[in-house]
Amino acid sequence: MDTDRRNLLSCMAWVGTGLLWTVSGGVPRTLGLLGTAAAATPAPGFTFAQISDSHIGFSHDPNTDTPATLKEALDKVAAQRPPMMLHTGDVSHLSKPEQFDTAAQLIGATGIETHYVPGEHDWLDDNGRPFVARFQRGTKQGAPDGGFYSFDVQGIHFIGLNNVANLQLGGLGMLGPAQLAWLRADLAARGASTPIVVFAHIPLWTVYRDWGWGTEESAAALALLKRFGSVTVLNGHIHQVLQKVEGHVAFHTARSTAFPQPAPGTAPSPGPMHVEPGKLRDVLGVASVSLVRGQSHLAIIDTPLGA
Amino acid sequence: MSAPFPRRRATLLLALLPISSALAVGTAAVTIDNFTFSPAVLTVARGTSVVWTNRDDMAHTVISAARPPAFRSQPLDTGDTFAAVFDRPGRFSYFCSLHPHMQGTIVVQ
Repeated sequence: MDTDRRNLLSCMAWVGTGLLWTVSGGVPRTLGLLGTAAAATPAPGFTFAQISDSHIGFSHDPNTDTPATLKEALDKVAAQRPPMMLHTGDVSHLSKPEQFDTAAQLIGATGIETHYVPGEHDWLDDNGRPFVARFQRGTKQGAPDGGFYSFDVQGIHFIGLNNVANLQLGGLGMLGPAQLAWLRADLAARGASTPIVVFAHIPLWTVYRDWGWGTEESAAALALLKRFGSVTVLNGHIHQVLQKVEGHVAFHTARSTAFPQPAPGTAPSPGPMHVEPGKLRDVLGVASVSLVRGQSHLAIIDTPLGA
Repeated sequence: MSAPFPRRRATLLLALLPISSALAVGTAAVTIDNFTFSPAVLTVARGTSVVWTNRDDMAHTVISAARPPAFRSQPLDTGDTFAAVFDRPGRFSYFCSLHPHMQGTIVVQ
């Protein structure tokens, strides 16, 4: 048991903090850790960062100071000076105004343009309206207060989806017919060579159904993306790094900046993992993503806070 | 569908106890541990006040599966409780809106 736990933690160590992404010719690829990025070949493309699951308001073992670990993650990101950052949801723990305030102040202090999608913890009050008003202000909402939208940066089409509204008994994440119809229309005008980055909180592939780690209509959404040559799907929710490539679609989940969760099915429940003293920062992190022209995959670097 | 009378949080429940005891024939408990409602199926007599207690480190909710929901709690942080009086017979499925794989049923006789 101890051995298994050590192996799990060491494995997670390279997947934990945040993601720095490079879009290279439209396809993402993994370069390594943020901490080891100096050793990797610099990616001459557009690079942006991903953070996730900051859970401001959570204050239990193993993390009683989630603002501090968010700040550490943001410092890691800021040191890379990316022009843009994505937050893939669960900004707050209980959708409370003061939790939104704390997160907004810490993230805003970086000065980095940040785009958000909601997690289910951000959607607890008034059908998500406070979250949309606070964190998606200025976006062109796909439906009134729908929590989903798209935008273009550096020739990349970014699509922020909301799969945390109207969750049903026993179900997975939900997109809903209105969002799927919007996605179809949004993609219809794009050429197949446009690099697509989809970001949403709950994974858009079924990681582990027993824990609800997946999205009900992900097959329908992915069918709409099938004709595109480069599709990168960035998610959070599961507080660990997992990657999968399926055809032209690369899936990646980011670490939490707050606390780790167990690998699928390795624990009785997906509750916060308790970690040895001093080890928490090995399992939290950020990611960076770069687009490199002429390459077919985005480069993704996950960096633990402790790196 | 029956609409049980919801009461939120321990403080509210205490404040409403005189009313609650007038309506409720008794109380029954559901605990939340390890992302599980226990017991998963609870059978009670009409008029029973069911009290859920979250003993996890993680926040949960209690929400009726009926649409519109017949009852729903505020988010329950560690140690928080939620109570609802079930005054009509039937089977009432519920789940946690944060973790929808967490499911339970109240059977009212």
